[in-house]
Amino acid sequence: MLHQYQMNGYSIVLDVYSGAVHVVDEVAYDVIARLGKSSPDEIVAALAEKYADRPEVTPDEIRACLDEVEALRAAGQLDSPDPYAAAADRFQRRPGVVKALCLHVAHTCNLDCSYCFASQGKYHGARALMSFDVGKQALDFLVAKSGDRVNLEVDFFGGEPLMNWDVVKRLVAYARSIEAETHKKFRFTLTTNGVLVDDEVIDFANREMHNVVMSIDGRKFVHDRFRVDCAGNGSYDRVVPKFQKFAAARGDREYYVRGTYTHYNTDFTADLLHLADLGFDRLAMEPVVCPPGDPCALTDDDLPVLLAQYEALATEMHARERAGRPFTFYHYMLDLAHGPCIYKRIAGCGAGTEYLAVTPTGDLYPCHQFVGEPRFRLGDVWQGVTDRALTDEFARCNVYARPACADCWARLYCSGGCAANAYHASGSITGAYEYGCKLFRKRLECAVWLQVAARYAPDGAPRDSAETT
Amino acid sequence: MKHIQTLETRDLPKSAVTGGCGECQTSCQSACKTSCGVANQTCEHKNED
Repeated sequence: MLHQYQMNGYSIVLDVYSGAVHVVDEVAYDVIARLGKSSPDEIVAALAEKYADRPEVTPDEIRACLDEVEALRAAGQLDSPDPYAAAADRFQRRPGVVKALCLHVAHTCNLDCSYCFASQGKYHGARALMSFDVGKQALDFLVAKSGDRVNLEVDFFGGEPLMNWDVVKRLVAYARSIEAETHKKFRFTLTTNGVLVDDEVIDFANREMHNVVMSIDGRKFVHDRFRVDCAGNGSYDRVVPKFQKFAAARGDREYYVRGTYTHYNTDFTADLLHLADLGFDRLAMEPVVCPPGDPCALTDDDLPVLLAQYEALATEMHARERAGRPFTFYHYMLDLAHGPCIYKRIAGCGAGTEYLAVTPTGDLYPCHQFVGEPRFRLGDVWQGVTDRALTDEFARCNVYARPACADCWARLYCSGGCAANAYHASGSITGAYEYGCKLFRKRLECAVWLQVAARYAPDGAPRDSAETT
Repeated sequence: MKHIQTLETRDLPKSAVTGGCGECQTSCQSACKTSCGVANQTCEHKNED
């Protein structure tokens, strides 16, 4: 399967099953578009006619281009067959090994954001804080179920996890105390709205947190539209200076400033550039998750605007990169040479199998997005996963199990996407959230374009590596 | 005249043999929490190549 597209003067071809990425000239772009539809002689005749006003595009030159195409086909880098479908089961998750937990240490929040998918941190239930004993049992459960996995991930999530900060610190200390004897390494992530960030939080997080996710939506009027306290006051002025200090103190450690965009700010690129101009250089921005009828829900009319925004963002990021002012956007991170192996690309996010969410009372769910939906309760941290049928359902939920993905060129990049989004949109975890798919495909085109544009000029000439640093 | 430039990418069929250790980061743990894919993840063994 091939996907070809043009963006900002570049012609790009993705070979889906080999993972190869090609930047091609106009003639090769036209040749590849005719593969399998016309004979070589027909292609030569058609393109000789199309390029009759370009003397350098002779029939011999078109045949030379066809030879290049054939060489790539022979090398398995163009129009390569699908070698995975027959053995897709081999790539699916194996139920029983857990390597990541989303610990909901606080089902409560000190902000009252109306767009919150977690219903102001309560996940449609009662306000609650996780006790140390429940958290400790969750960590013991994780270690016991992690098999031979060494790297274990724990995300302190909520609600607002800093409202249960002492328990967070005690759980980190407990985890560190058992690393040597269990031969495990814990990687912690803290996701926070910033209200309770202070020097002590920053110091502790910089010692112990592998990653910190700071929630901010962008421009002040955008952020303060939703991210308000219980009295209705916006939180922008309170959290931005704290996050700036926090991000600066992270040094080389990982962090993301992460926002949500809604129907009210479909020009979200302005928010990302605002965040970059505030000094943040690792950015994420996600489409809102909410029911279709909600006023902040994204609409069909918003879609072309959003697609154009992603393209504008990529263009601006490329310009800033070349001007020596780069920033990272989460969805445009793409390590073409060292990206995920085919197992991960087929098996997906691991929700419900190797990745589980834990509520303050110790209940297990497939991921944070399913918390509070009784049908998706998997068990608890004492008994483990008791709903075997449900975890098996998630284990089978690989990209080849999703009918809507069968003809999609992006499926080995998105791995079928978010099971929760699919469920909420289609009623099935193997369904599809087509709106999100359209956004994903556009983001991926932009991400690949950034990789191409960093290496080649629009005419295909390699860029001087010194020039592109 | 060369018409096609090929970027260096991971050989996916080959990774069916060498991959699958499961040590890499869980997709949704890094930043998004709502619209994850796997493309922007990195192999845990990238420095061993």
